[in-house]
Amino acid sequence: MMPRNTVRIRRVAVVLIAATTLLGGCATTQSKVDPFEPWNRVMFDVNDVVDGKIAKPIAEAYVKYTPELIRRGISTFFGNIEDLFVGINNVLEGDGNRAGDDFGRVLLNSTFGVGGLFDLASMMGIERHNQDFGITFGKWGFPQGPYFFVPLIGPTTLRDGTGTVIRAYLGPTTYIFTYVPVRNVVYGIGALDLRASMLGTESMVDQAALDRYRFIRNAYLRARRYQVYDGKPPPEGDEEGQ
Amino acid sequence: MIRTRMFGWMLLGLGALALPVWAQEAPDALVKRVAEDVLTTIRSDKELQAGNQAKVKEIIETKLVPHFDFARMTALAMGRNWRTATPEQQKRLTDEFRTLLVRTYSGALANYRDNTMDYKPLRMNPGDAEVTVRTEVKRQGQAAVQIDYSMEKMPDGWKAYDVIVAGVSLVTNYRDEFNDTVKSSGIDGLIAVLAKKNAGPAPPVPPAVVK
Repeated sequence: MMPRNTVRIRRVAVVLIAATTLLGGCATTQSKVDPFEPWNRVMFDVNDVVDGKIAKPIAEAYVKYTPELIRRGISTFFGNIEDLFVGINNVLEGDGNRAGDDFGRVLLNSTFGVGGLFDLASMMGIERHNQDFGITFGKWGFPQGPYFFVPLIGPTTLRDGTGTVIRAYLGPTTYIFTYVPVRNVVYGIGALDLRASMLGTESMVDQAALDRYRFIRNAYLRARRYQVYDGKPPPEGDEEGQ
Repeated sequence: MIRTRMFGWMLLGLGALALPVWAQEAPDALVKRVAEDVLTTIRSDKELQAGNQAKVKEIIETKLVPHFDFARMTALAMGRNWRTATPEQQKRLTDEFRTLLVRTYSGALANYRDNTMDYKPLRMNPGDAEVTVRTEVKRQGQAAVQIDYSMEKMPDGWKAYDVIVAGVSLVTNYRDEFNDTVKSSGIDGLIAVLAKKNAGPAPPVPPAVVK
């Protein structure tokens, strides 16, 4: 999932950096991909409490009491902002065709789609892509680095987290909404939209996993690997540093 | 005269029954037929959309389960531990794993109603006994998700033994889970963990989320 909420992400950037420095010294190699597993599991439990008591109930209420049409508009609005960054990353990866689609989507949806509230581009058959800075860095050859589970953000790696932080600093919600109270409301709605979008998957994971921490980590890392290799990953264990 | 005609009809009926066995449906055609059938059902069935779990389970059991090879899925998910399991343990593992998957899917089925599927051309040589059927799930305003089915030819038609969602293989993901559990508490321990999971209450069906 793409990050959409800058405030949360910035806060997490701090946590991430703090965690890295804190734990850098005591890396007793548990596993290559998840050297900080004990710490991550604590964070996972912290997330269960914080998220379970606050974020999730709010997201559930939001889905229950907000008409589908409005929620769809909100999702589309934030999706439109994200499409801009999908395009930028496709440029960085040298995929002009996809970038053209992405920027075309942003143009269409921002204008005729009333500032991104309607997804005209999809109706016209211009499809969305999945892309972010983490994938770009991966394609450029950066290793993924250690895995982290960050409360309220979820699974990430040093590489993906770095991408998330960069994405957060680029805005552009901050520049569009200069009046702070309005901006904070927009951040809040963005966070709500993102959290609500995960409700379905989450209950599936709860049912499927024997150990939710492990299940989420392994699925996350494989999905990211698949994206970095553009859907054609080599057999596992064949490459270094991934 | 009437009797011969009736006999003729009966023969025709038998022939229709036997047909699927004679002319084995191609794997991609099978995936498409089953997926479209299930999607149509989800979209049209009000009870299902309202979250009637008995109905959901019935659809999964009758429409989907017959097209999966759970024994092979379990064997693959067990990896090298499979051979160390007794036939009795293997059977219990397969049963529990099957239940787990059906329960997992039951909670999610209603969420697929807004999806459409794209079926990619099948690359297959005549005589192949294993193929990958590639599909793409689409939902308006979202990037498409690749879903691939690893399928094998069986006497009673093609069956899926793995599902790969956006690069995450169901079997491989469970292999990590199974391996770790077997390492820490043995095969009987794994059976117990699965049985406990299956005996627990199913999580509540989430409200149908747009996106």
